Parts: sequence; structure tokens; C-alpha cells
Amino acid sequence: MNDHSRRDALKCLGVGAGTLFTLSSGVFGAVDLAEAATRKDSGTPLFVQISDTHIGFNKDANPDVIGTLNRSIDAVNALPHKPSFAIHTGDVTHLSKAAEFDTAAQVMKRMQVSDIHAVPGEHDVTDGPGTEFFNRFGKASNNRGYYSFSAQGVHFIALVNVMNFKAGGLGALGDDQMAWLTDNLASVSSSQPVVVFAHMPLWNLYEPWGWGTAESAQIAQLLRRFGSVTVLNGHIHQIVQKVEGNITFHTARSTAYPQPAAGNGPGPGPLKVPADQLAKMLGITNVTINRGHKISLSDRTLA
Amino acid sequence: MPKIKFLLPALCLALASPAFADATVTIKNFDYSPMMLSISAGETVTWKNLDGEPHTVVSTDGLFRSQALDQNDSFAFKFDKPGTYKYICSIHPKMVATVTVK
Repeated sequence: MNDHSRRDALKCLGVGAGTLFTLSSGVFGAVDLAEAATRKDSGTPLFVQISDTHIGFNKDANPDVIGTLNRSIDAVNALPHKPSFAIHTGDVTHLSKAAEFDTAAQVMKRMQVSDIHAVPGEHDVTDGPGTEFFNRFGKASNNRGYYSFSAQGVHFIALVNVMNFKAGGLGALGDDQMAWLTDNLASVSSSQPVVVFAHMPLWNLYEPWGWGTAESAQIAQLLRRFGSVTVLNGHIHQIVQKVEGNITFHTARSTAYPQPAAGNGPGPGPLKVPADQLAKMLGITNVTINRGHKISLSDRTLA
Repeated sequence: MPKIKFLLPALCLALASPAFADATVTIKNFDYSPMMLSISAGETVTWKNLDGEPHTVVSTDGLFRSQALDQNDSFAFKFDKPGTYKYICSIHPKMVATVTVK
């Protein structure tokens, strides 16, 4: 592993509007969007990730989150090789309201995928036990929120880290879920690619704003033995990436509005940008897999 | 007669006005202000969110919980028993505050 180039690449990370990050077998590089437009995503489509749709939001940072969600869905539908399913990494709605979930479901029906796997964000579960979210998406996990499934030889794990908050704390899985995760991974071969998805970052990327998960060290420890692990999160409305051995942590852009970079402001609220900049800060992530079981992440903006 | 004329409107006003807050907590810039509030048993606290970002008011012992409060939304709770009540925002759990009831 070339530490020097990785360090340089890490320095370039930020809310990069025009940069596409591709990742292949733990080594990633930055590619200009213009160049990428002509480059095909390597491998076969696996799934597409959308995140933080925040249906119900209507403030300055984006008065039309339904419009930008529709454009994001257009971007999914325009992929040359469409994936069979989508993963939504949470904050489907802004205020957990039934009407917001209704609208989200209606709009997302346009996405040409056969399944949408969703995990809740903290905005989705403000109604106590997250009743509305589980009414819509709880079936896959028997209303526990966390579950696993397999697709194309990849082991997928959905986790919930927004329902166990302690005061002043980060996201958390809780003891039951940690026990389940340990048990679930025990029967997975180290050579099988693993994809883990949850709303809040599963590594402690910025504690003062709660950007992290209390059990992040234990989770990384559990994942360390696998040859290929991809951890996908949302919540922060921008792309931040970290590679730790065979584990790649990658967050997604929102389809609704951007947020400031860590520490740039009083808190992680909506960031208003000039109107012509907004679409460049929203987007989706296309995930493909090639024959060597190498998973590639390709982030695309709306403009 | 004139006395009644005077009294009636005053009475109506008292009856018509909603249970008004004995104390108010303002939610602004991801902070509860005041962060430590002292009140007497039987009083009502009203929280008002001034941020563009929604917040909630959730007691850590399960006693009270607001819906998601959008900008300018309020939540009120009447504290009957003395004690110290810690609460957080369930959307941004770094936001922590207390109400002390004497």
C-alpha cells in the first residue's frame, strides 16, 4: 500500500463537487468528473446508495427537496447498467411524519429498482419507537431495524445507530444489536465481501458534532478479519472517506441539502449555498463489483 | 353595575388566555438556553425552537418527549414533582440540559 499517495489523496478530500472517487481493492483515486463521464463504472452493478432525502424539509438551503430527489432518481434511472436494488442510508423524512413517509414512498416508486433497503436516520424516529419508519420499512428486520441479506456473493448488514442515544453521545448500536452483529459475522467467511450500512458514521469522524458511533472500535475489530469490507453511511450530507486496512468507510451526499464540513459553524445544520452550486453538492453513489470481488464506489452529483 | 362591567372583561381575559409558561427555554444554535433552569413544582416550562434545524426535547428518564419541533414550534411540560430532570435532543444528542424543580 502506497502510504504517501494515500495521504495525498486524503488531503484532497472535502466537499468536492467536481471530483469522483473510485475505489478498487482498498486503493482509491480521484478522477475528474468530466473524464469520468466517458469512463464506464467497472464491473457489474451491485446497488445504488441514496441518502438523507429529508422529505418535509422546506427551508432556504433547499425549498424543493422533492425536486432534487426526483433528479436523483433520474440519475439512478439513467445509469447505463442499472442495479437491482437501492440502499437508503436514512433520514428519509425530516420530521418523522406519516405524510412525509407517504410522499417519499410515492416519489421513490419512480426508481427503476426492484427493492429499496432502508435504515432509519434520527429524523425518521422522533416519534418514540419510530413507529412510522417501521410501518414502512420494518418488515425486513421484524421491526428491529437491523438485519442481513446476501446478493451477488456479497454479505450485506443493515445496522441502526440512531435509537440508543445517550446524553452528549454519539450514535450507538446497543448491547443487543452488538451481540447480534458478532453472531451474524461469525458465520461469514473472511473471503466473502461484506457491505455494512447504517445512518450515522460507524467510525468517529467528528465527535463534537456527534459524528460517530459509540461502539466504533468494537465494530472495526469485528470487521478486521475480512478481505473486503465497505462501510456506507449518510447523516453528514457530504462525502468523507477513510481506508483502514481492508475496510473502506465512505459517507454519502444528501439528495436534499449539504452540511458544513466538520467544525465549520455552530452545528451540523443545513448549509445554504448559491443556487447554481446546490446540484453539485447533492448526489447518489453507484456501487459495482467486478469478478475479483472488488467493490467500486462511484459518487455522482446532480450537476 | 360599573364594577361588574370592569370585572367581566378582566375575568374573560384570565379564562381565555392559555396556561402561559412559567419559564421558557429557547432552542437556538444547537443550544438550550438556559441550559440549567430552576423552577418550582407545579410550574410549566415551554421550549421554543428558533433554529432552522428541527430539535426535540426528550427526558433521559422517559418522563417527557416532544415531537420533532420545526422552526418556531413549541413544546410545553408541567413539572409536578421536585427533582432534577435531564433532557437531550434526540436528533442531536450532544445537546443536553436540565430542569431543576424545587
